[in-house]
Amino acid sequence: MNNLNFVSPEIFISLAIMFLLILGVFKKNSSSLIHNLSIGFLLITGVLILNNPSDQIFTLFGSSYIIDYLSSFMKILTILAGVFVLSISTKYLKIFKIFLIEYPILILCSILGMMVMISSNDLIVFYVGLELQSLALYVLATFNRDQLKSSEAGLKYFVLSALSSGLLLYGCSLIYGFSGSTNFNTIGAAMNSTNYGLTFGIVFILVGLSFKISAVPFHMWAPDVYEGSPTSVTLFLALVPKVAALTVFIRFLYIPFIDMIEQWQPILIFISIASMIFGAVAAIGQNNLKRLIAYSSISHIGYALAGLSVGTNEGIQSSIVYISIYLVMNLGFFSCLLMMKRNDQYFETIDDLSGLSKNHPIISLSLLVILFSLAGIPPLAGFFAKFYIFKSVIEQSMYFLAIVGLLSTVVAAFYYLRIIKVIYFDKEVEKYDTDHNIWLRISLTFSTLLILLYFIFPSKLVEIVSRINII
Amino acid sequence: MNFPILSSLILLPFIGALFLLFSKDKNSNAVKYVALFTSFVNFLISIYLWYLFDLSTSNFQFIEERVWLKEFINYKVGIDGISILFIILTTFITPLCIISVNNTIKDRLRDFLIAILVMESLMIGVFCSLDLVVFYLFFEAGLIPMFLIIGIWGGTRRVYSAFKFFLYTLLGSVLMLIAIISIYWMSGTTDIINLYELGIDPKYQNLLWLAFFSSFAVKTPMWPFHTWLPDAHVEAPTAGSVLLAAILLKMAGYGFIRFSLGLFPLASELFTPLVYVLSLIAIVYTSLVALMQEDMKKLIAYSSVAHMGFVTLGIFTVTQQGLEGSIIQMISHGLVSAALFLCVGVIYDRMHSRLIKTYGGLVSVIPKYSILFMLFTLAALGLPGTSGFVGEFLILMGAFKDNFLVAVIASFGVIFGAVYMLWLYRRVVFGSLINKDLLKMPDLDNSEKFILWSLAVPVLFFGFYPEPLINTIELSVKSLIEMYNFNLIMYAPEVQK
Repeated sequence: MNNLNFVSPEIFISLAIMFLLILGVFKKNSSSLIHNLSIGFLLITGVLILNNPSDQIFTLFGSSYIIDYLSSFMKILTILAGVFVLSISTKYLKIFKIFLIEYPILILCSILGMMVMISSNDLIVFYVGLELQSLALYVLATFNRDQLKSSEAGLKYFVLSALSSGLLLYGCSLIYGFSGSTNFNTIGAAMNSTNYGLTFGIVFILVGLSFKISAVPFHMWAPDVYEGSPTSVTLFLALVPKVAALTVFIRFLYIPFIDMIEQWQPILIFISIASMIFGAVAAIGQNNLKRLIAYSSISHIGYALAGLSVGTNEGIQSSIVYISIYLVMNLGFFSCLLMMKRNDQYFETIDDLSGLSKNHPIISLSLLVILFSLAGIPPLAGFFAKFYIFKSVIEQSMYFLAIVGLLSTVVAAFYYLRIIKVIYFDKEVEKYDTDHNIWLRISLTFSTLLILLYFIFPSKLVEIVSRINII
Repeated sequence: MNFPILSSLILLPFIGALFLLFSKDKNSNAVKYVALFTSFVNFLISIYLWYLFDLSTSNFQFIEERVWLKEFINYKVGIDGISILFIILTTFITPLCIISVNNTIKDRLRDFLIAILVMESLMIGVFCSLDLVVFYLFFEAGLIPMFLIIGIWGGTRRVYSAFKFFLYTLLGSVLMLIAIISIYWMSGTTDIINLYELGIDPKYQNLLWLAFFSSFAVKTPMWPFHTWLPDAHVEAPTAGSVLLAAILLKMAGYGFIRFSLGLFPLASELFTPLVYVLSLIAIVYTSLVALMQEDMKKLIAYSSVAHMGFVTLGIFTVTQQGLEGSIIQMISHGLVSAALFLCVGVIYDRMHSRLIKTYGGLVSVIPKYSILFMLFTLAALGLPGTSGFVGEFLILMGAFKDNFLVAVIASFGVIFGAVYMLWLYRRVVFGSLINKDLLKMPDLDNSEKFILWSLAVPVLFFGFYPEPLINTIELSVKSLIEMYNFNLIMYAPEVQK
């Protein structure tokens, strides 16, 4: 029992959720308090995770739960993103009159689910975590229930997600049937690559996971859900679930099935290429910024998967670096989106950005940096993210993937440039409000500076990530 | 003497830009003086660098190396005889650009100057980086300020031109990035000096050469990848056109010398006919296209393509004369095209038209302008006594040494060049004065006079006395050619297999 302290972050956050629920029920008008408390609890959870010994690997509960450097890193990433999401969305929620106690609690639930996913070393545990985070997300997507679009988004997300969960479960059962275990390590030991049942199982699970990270061809839900959900939830959807799903991708493919790399590598390469190209091409016609960022996130996931498809530790690391930088860039982008407010109304189409540089030079400059970084232009952080990916891809001589990937960055550059064009070259519209929440300012400054100055210390992040050695 | 002089050259304009960014003043002269001061100090430093430069060796000098991406890439800068001239060209042109914004940029002057200064930093970085990744970083980063310069302060079709410029160049460059990473995995380093010594596996040289070529050919620009250039030039503000023509295009020529010849000698030898053909087409075809242009800026843009055709031709002769000629031609074209764009800018500011037919008979209205314009016209067509002549003459000499036919065709290009430049001059400056509005045009003001004369002096000086330029580049070029020929001999049997 004494190794329970390794899961103290999860235990703590579960207790916090229950406590906050009770507090919310018994205390009137406590949404602000609960909001702040949940940020505090998240930070404490972060500290507890940091407290875990980071260089050893611990497996708990019959080795169905694993605590290692990868899990700690990804959990910290998730929690930091969660903290930022909670702290910058207060104003938005208040304006839409959805500043309720459920919102932070649901986010905490979802984060708890993700933490379980990140640490799972067993198909069942993984599924439990996945469902916990997804259920919370369905509710969050419909959170602005008076709006038709929000309800539609939530319902769409729920139906499609349930379908993918079904496929995923079917894959799990196939794998269990053919290997006799749900534990990743045992599956790996019992594995026999001539077994088609296992291959089918992998395919089904990959489909389910691709759905969760909205990779092509399982991306259909993303644009609608991103557009329909309240912006603060879109922010959460765009950032956080990707981290957890990516971790599961890593664990699932690289621990039990590393020897079957010939079977799953082509699938992953296909998904990756399809996502990169589709994300780049489909975003061109979009006018709604939230839809656009949905397509852009599809193509970014394509790059992260390209790193995963390589089959080396460097590939995994590059993919983790990519997703970390992606989080920072999207955080910055959404901070700008949450700043586009006039008379308690939010604006979210490209045309609303018209001539922003005249009235709001600082926001425009930040957007400029963030967008060029998303497009992957040096010397911004986004370039380095792509650079590491392609470095590991080319190491394995996967030139086709590299060339397609880089060419689709050129296509993608077009729509990022289009936003920049609207901001800088077009005529200005009315001014937006400037009474931004201090957290909004902080998160925008933080992400912009990080992106801009990344090139001065490019090896710091890589050094941290390079301690993740799965194979 | 361990002062990091190159890094300070790179950083200084950037610091100036940062300073401007935090200034409250947005449109006054104070902003301009700060920018001017920064770039002028940078010019002085670069001159001092030339003074310190050791002419008796072909090795890289002033090398600085710092750990950057740990165990992977080092930030490494250094210069040899070839790069120093481009650095001085950059630091020389930038202050002139800044002076010239006097009349052209009325809106967001501060932002414009920031973009120009950042551009200067990046361009100096391109010319002195000694690591492929560092080079790529500077090379690509330049797209951002240039995109903004064209897009924000450009003419009516600025959006189209800015996008075309950005996407064309980016498309060319991504392949180079793949090649750079492949080189890293093949040789374990991207350090250029080490790569020169190690050499690159002949098996892969052709593909790598093509990847680099795709980037440089777009940037040079060579025919048929040149179509972005006329658009970009026409729409960019004068100072932007000057930067683009004078320095940005030279990055590719420099890249050809430093990387294509230096790293892939076998492939360069193999693809020389391709480059010859493209260069000749560029020289002859774009000269003819230039002849038909009605827009002055477009005409000069096409003439740039033709001149850069000479440059690529000279580079791939890989003879002492051809290479030296190309480098001098690039420097000279940097000065002359800058001056020509400024000349067009001068009358554009007064009449707001770039069409040739608007003008005519300017000589009686603004004689001082006409004299200077004539000087640069003659320099552009390569009249003896101007720097243009030295470059073209040496390139043709190198070409004759290598391939007679190519040289003969290229010589026709010189004639075409004379035709379109002189015809332009005749139509704008001579002829009868039909448009009565022209009578009100004032002649050059002091700042314009200063800019044009400070470009005219080096054009004439190096035309009569190119010795300082040739001295500076001679040894570097010689060692490059030696290395090239050595590689050819060493791997020759393998290639025959």
